[in-house]
Amino acid sequence: MLDIRGLAASIGDKSILRGIDLVVPDGEVHAIMGPNGSGKSTLGYVLSGREDYTVTGGSVTFNGIDLLGLEPEARAAAGVFLAFQAPIELPGVNNANFLRTALNAIRRAHGESELDAMQFLKVARAETKRLSMPDDMLKRNVNVGFSGGEKKRNEVLQMALLRPKLAILDETDSGLDIDALKIVADGVNALRSPTFSALVITHHQRLLDHLVPNRVHVLAHGRIIRSGGPELARELEKTGYAGVLAEAA
Amino acid sequence: MSATAEILDSVQSSYKWGFETDIEMDLAPKGLNEDIIRLISARKEEPLWMLEYRLKAFAAWLKMEEPDWARVDHPPIDYQDLHYYAAPKKKAGPKSLDEVDPELLKMYEKLGIPLKERAILAGVEPDPDERPQIAVDAVFDSVSVATTFRETLSKVGVIFCPISEAVRDHPDLVREYLGSVVPVADNYFSALNAAVFTDGSFVYIPKGVRCPMELSTYFRINARNTGQFERTLIIAEAGAHVSYLEGCTAPQRDENQLHAAVVELIAMDDATIKYSTVQNWYPGDADGKGGIYNFVTKRGACRGDRSKISWTQVETGSAITWKYPSCVLIGEDSVGEFYSVAVTTNHQQADTGTKMIHVGKGSSSTIVSKGISAGKSNNTYRGLVRILPSAAGARNHTQCDSLLIGDECGAHTVPYIESRNRTAKVEHEATTSKIAEDQLFYCRQRGLSEEDAVNLIVNGFCKEVLKELPMEFAVEAQKLLAVSLEGSVG
Repeated sequence: MLDIRGLAASIGDKSILRGIDLVVPDGEVHAIMGPNGSGKSTLGYVLSGREDYTVTGGSVTFNGIDLLGLEPEARAAAGVFLAFQAPIELPGVNNANFLRTALNAIRRAHGESELDAMQFLKVARAETKRLSMPDDMLKRNVNVGFSGGEKKRNEVLQMALLRPKLAILDETDSGLDIDALKIVADGVNALRSPTFSALVITHHQRLLDHLVPNRVHVLAHGRIIRSGGPELARELEKTGYAGVLAEAA
Repeated sequence: MSATAEILDSVQSSYKWGFETDIEMDLAPKGLNEDIIRLISARKEEPLWMLEYRLKAFAAWLKMEEPDWARVDHPPIDYQDLHYYAAPKKKAGPKSLDEVDPELLKMYEKLGIPLKERAILAGVEPDPDERPQIAVDAVFDSVSVATTFRETLSKVGVIFCPISEAVRDHPDLVREYLGSVVPVADNYFSALNAAVFTDGSFVYIPKGVRCPMELSTYFRINARNTGQFERTLIIAEAGAHVSYLEGCTAPQRDENQLHAAVVELIAMDDATIKYSTVQNWYPGDADGKGGIYNFVTKRGACRGDRSKISWTQVETGSAITWKYPSCVLIGEDSVGEFYSVAVTTNHQQADTGTKMIHVGKGSSSTIVSKGISAGKSNNTYRGLVRILPSAAGARNHTQCDSLLIGDECGAHTVPYIESRNRTAKVEHEATTSKIAEDQLFYCRQRGLSEEDAVNLIVNGFCKEVLKELPMEFAVEAQKLLAVSLEGSVG
């Protein structure tokens, strides 16, 4: 379970998160919506430990651990996964090798045995097949020369392989056609279990049609200004953020 | 603190080969003069022509000046303050392993160098039926202490022995080829080497023979205040093939040591020589104290039509590297290749690259250079591509990529291109990039430690070069890259 209390963070002198309170119980999917610049991506980065951000207040507990005290790789080992809005290219680094290194790092942290190349390929091929991805995705260099859609699907593949306990999807649906959108949603739905939670950052109702959230939160100016059930997302789709913002002001 | 700043924070050298071997040495007095040269020649039991060659070289060297055009900086070297000959006492050239001093065997074991005729460099005990075997010549300070697999090789006519032995046993071959690619007075360090060289390897592959195993020489400098002057000569007759690898390490010492090598390769019609180097001389400590000065002249002559010489180097060591493995492409359709990874950290300085001299019609060359700089180091690629009027249809492709870790290091690319034939095609590409914070964060978010992340990114950057190495050495080189950057990470 993720428990965020009074979380405040800044980049340089600029304060971005101004006291976030949010609880995501086990097994739930919560959507984070809100206008551009409201701090949605920052929330994802701060939870996963990006060092450009300074936490200036509050606490984050994840399954009983103080998440903010951990290095990014330790958070990953604890089960936090961030699907990047703009996945990073790693020239010359083979995708399969990258994924195996990552998976083995996490298995090591859990005291599990590492997978050799053959064992890994078997697991990875099963996932690419399940997610209707071409096998050659594994052979290519990490995100190099990938189309926008391929990059997003590669994030979903990584998530499927690493089996996180908390997935943070940062606008993973943006720029995707309907079919790709479904793959992303299916990827998350397949992981749904009583020990898996997700924070889905999105601008669009259409992802939430396939990936029905338990709760929807609206983030503006670094605070959650409104929370509700799935119907809140549909309301926002119709009215935009203006109404909610005015209400909160 | 940002991730990169942290990487640079504790730049602590972690040189794992820095131990010293305590062994009784036969050491020439310090200094360089004709008497010392006579002493070296006498110790090596050389014929008179060899001594005369050395003395002529010494006379030429006295008239030359140390070059100062490279982008490296060091206090003046006192050539009179060095020992020019250092050898383990007793036998200069043991005939079998049983005669080698056990202390030496222990040292090579510690370094992972197989002097038993079965293991491989990686230090793994292989199944001799499955893994390719590698013949090793081990050079300790000024002498070769052991050469393995000589009998197996001699069955197919391959000569693989210390050059000091070749001077005595194969004088015709040595006289014909020594200095034929790198003339005595080619440059300051080659002249010095010709005067005082002590050991190195001699390889002769007869016509049409494909050398049945990888050959390798392992150089170790142990004695204090000693220069190592390695001389290697490889001849591949028509249609012959050989793959050769050299490795090198030295103890960790506060003073600088000099390594001035000359390597000459000769490839006849349809012959191929693949020469790989994993250079890991002691680079000095985090403050730039100590380390090897590596001033090396390596050149191959593609004399025959369709001959090919390929240089692959992974350079992680030395305080200063001054090295330009080159190809003179004389034969028609001859091929020269240069694949290089040069890593510099702390205060290391590397000025390295290649020269491709196109003489023959249709000759072609490929240059792939990957420079990685971290800490306060400087890494320069310096390369010459020269197309002579005779080289109709010659082609060159050069690609130079630099990777920077942190913002106190430097990368420089100095290409010289001279084309005197209008039908020739010369291409040059260069890029410089930094390991970005977002790349590191991306890897760490997936569970990789910062060090593993840097390794992965660096190995990806070097992939085109590493894949040119024989497989066992590619694995070794990857580990070495990891170890070299270990101090500069985390």
